[in-house]
Amino acid sequence: MKRFAALFNAIDQSTKTTVKVAALAAYFEEAPEEDRIWTIAIFSGRRPKRAVNTTRLREWGAEVAGIPLWLFEEAYPIVGDLAETIALVLPPPKTDSDHGLTYWINALRDLAQVEEPERKAFVLEAWASLDPTQRFLFNKLLTGGFRIGVSQKLMTRALARATGKDEPEMAHRLMGDWDPATTTWAQLIEEDDPAANASRPYPFYLAYAVEGEPESLGNPEDWQAEWKWDGIRGQLILRDGAHYVWSRGEELMTDRFPELARARDFIPDGTVLDGELLAWGDDAPQNFNALQKRIGRKTVPKKLLTEAPVILYAYDLLEWKGEDMRQTPLSERRATLKNLCKTLPTDAPVKLSPTVPFNNWQSLADTRAAARDAQAEGLMLKRKDSPYLTGRKKGDWWKWKLDPLTIDAVMIYAQSGHGRRANLFTDFTFAVWKGNDLVPFTKAYSGLTDEEFRKITAWVKKNTQQRFGPVRQVTPHHVFEIAFEGIQASTRHKSGVALRFPRMSRWRHDKPVQEANSLDDLNEMLEIYG
Amino acid sequence: MSSALTFTPAGIYCPAGDFYIDPWKPVDRALITHGHADHARWGMGSYLATDTAAPVMRHRLGDVSIDTVAYGETLTIGGAKVSFHPAGHVPGSAQIRVEVEGEVWVASGDYKVVDDGLSTPFEPVKCHHFITESTFGLPVFRWQAQDVIAAQINDWWAGCAAAGKTAFLGCYALGKAQRLMSMLNPDIGPILTHTAIENTNAVMRTQGIALVDTVQAGADLVHKDHPGALVLAPPSALGSAWARKFGAQETAFASGWMAVRGIRRRRAGDRGFVISDHADWSGLLCAIKDTEAENIYVTHGYTDIFTRYLNDQGWNAQVLQTEFGGEDAEDEAA
Repeated sequence: MKRFAALFNAIDQSTKTTVKVAALAAYFEEAPEEDRIWTIAIFSGRRPKRAVNTTRLREWGAEVAGIPLWLFEEAYPIVGDLAETIALVLPPPKTDSDHGLTYWINALRDLAQVEEPERKAFVLEAWASLDPTQRFLFNKLLTGGFRIGVSQKLMTRALARATGKDEPEMAHRLMGDWDPATTTWAQLIEEDDPAANASRPYPFYLAYAVEGEPESLGNPEDWQAEWKWDGIRGQLILRDGAHYVWSRGEELMTDRFPELARARDFIPDGTVLDGELLAWGDDAPQNFNALQKRIGRKTVPKKLLTEAPVILYAYDLLEWKGEDMRQTPLSERRATLKNLCKTLPTDAPVKLSPTVPFNNWQSLADTRAAARDAQAEGLMLKRKDSPYLTGRKKGDWWKWKLDPLTIDAVMIYAQSGHGRRANLFTDFTFAVWKGNDLVPFTKAYSGLTDEEFRKITAWVKKNTQQRFGPVRQVTPHHVFEIAFEGIQASTRHKSGVALRFPRMSRWRHDKPVQEANSLDDLNEMLEIYG
Repeated sequence: MSSALTFTPAGIYCPAGDFYIDPWKPVDRALITHGHADHARWGMGSYLATDTAAPVMRHRLGDVSIDTVAYGETLTIGGAKVSFHPAGHVPGSAQIRVEVEGEVWVASGDYKVVDDGLSTPFEPVKCHHFITESTFGLPVFRWQAQDVIAAQINDWWAGCAAAGKTAFLGCYALGKAQRLMSMLNPDIGPILTHTAIENTNAVMRTQGIALVDTVQAGADLVHKDHPGALVLAPPSALGSAWARKFGAQETAFASGWMAVRGIRRRRAGDRGFVISDHADWSGLLCAIKDTEAENIYVTHGYTDIFTRYLNDQGWNAQVLQTEFGGEDAEDEAA
């Protein structure tokens, strides 16, 4: 683990991408191959299963540190990371360990099979033999969630540099459901053709938001417009007589959406489609709420299959007749996709997401204003002659979303954040007026600058009325403009509404608390947009 | 019998001697533990501080009347016996002992219990009532030995110098900067200082505190004449137009808060070095134990949590609301 800890330190101690990439590339050249594989797995979210539950870890950490559990629990939200809190409270190590990353990961896997006393003994011995950085990493492996300032993009770049392969190919190799426990370096990185694995998806091409007005994109004739759907971005793969459904977050969702199996009846093998997974209504998409009922359900009751049947609203063709189509211009990919979709029966689980015709940017702006009526969240603009790129790239694809809805709300509770936001109050609950009462209706965590978070943190400390564990009730004083993408009726919320993607768009220093919006205002929005 | 010290809206007050300790509102007579801005405020009728602390206070507060006292010297102020004892926080910092009719209080201001080689080391003072800070009053704060941190900083500096970069080390101007100077290895390269720090250095050198040679990085500095330099600067100056003139650089921040990775990532540039002029968890507990006091008053820091712990462990502790403690994770000191 020392080599992995040294890599972690090198990455953690610099804010410069070049330094991080160089440290990773060196590691991928020098570390044992099995450790390299696990490092790739960890930094791409393929972490080992949690071997010990966190309640036990807290208890054991407090016990070894010789502090009461309540004190540990108080320190945890201030540090903002469980693995780190344990690493910090433990006494210095007694021995030294030379075991590598793979040893520890295998040991943690085996730990799941043994009884608790043995498990505890193992963890305590590990703590006593690892220095603080290694101990922190060991705890991270135990607790999962390994976000330590290395994006998949950065790691892909480092791997490309270490192996002399190009980045898009490397990105493609790392996609899909390979198992770090059984995959070798040679299989993953060197030998095989990336398409050899039948289930392996292509890296998604992601768009940036339009900067300013779309006029700057030039001639409208060079562009194709589509609705931007509010569903789950997905890739449907048909290869070797099987089908696979991947989300953009690289989650294999095949079993979750069984209706897509019928695609095999109509679409030939050797096809990969990019599109939006949506709950389908009579002849149009349903809103996100309908799809939400399906997310997270591994088995779907019949009733739900009828109420919220899922389709892939296809907008791109990545593979056709077994050939990678990504370098073919969009206009050609689209033409082939269109011909394919024409052959599908109306009840097929794949449909063609239509293009939105327009003559000039102004008329498209008018169309965009009606996006909510179409159950869309805005428009996508794609250059007709563009290839299908890897990852988020500027230039050929843009998203042109609707302006969000906004409401002015009063902050009533504050809670400190995690990770980089440890020891800062960053998580807030907001309320609107109902007569003389404030009714909480949403939480929001993002949208303020570091400087604003610092200011509000100092204010919260001085204006706490009551504490409920890590949550502080504050004097109703500050008004924030809350921006959100959608509003739905909800029985789970006291206010009766649920917002989609709420965030703080502005700190309204200019607004006295009495002038915040009311529950009536929210209900009116629900009426119009819900 | 009224208490030797009481707590008023203007600050900690001694009725028998009619004076305040580190008051936050203007009063006639103020006894000051040390020169940091949250303890030595402007606008008092008169000040009393240690002879070592006074020059920096004059520099910061301007033309004010400051009487001085040596560590351990006993003064009689009205019905109170008063003495100042080393707090180990910064040069001249003191714990103030107040005795009235046999009842002994100690207001410790800010303190650390380890010897930093620059400040007069902390001395435990036995008392009945002890007023303690709690800036780092959580068990996650445990400092490593100063020489370990010195080696980390010097290694980093040498690495920057070898890579042709200027090393910027952010730190508080009074105390921390001078302590860091004593830890730096001058063989690596020249030590440059921001004007705010150099002004404090000049005051300390004049009063006879030995400091290593430094070069003030003022407006007329010729940057290329100082290759391999380390620049000490207040954190607010890191990344400023002034700092950017140095060209290729790495930035670091030296503070106890750097122990927490989230704060380090938010506050520090490239590196964070964990070094503080406040006591860590075990330092606080050890200091409190050594006073043999029954009653503990916990000020600025993690007051609620630390007080609860002390009560759990059998002390009679309570939270004392003060206006000390600009030294929060988001501020510049600690």
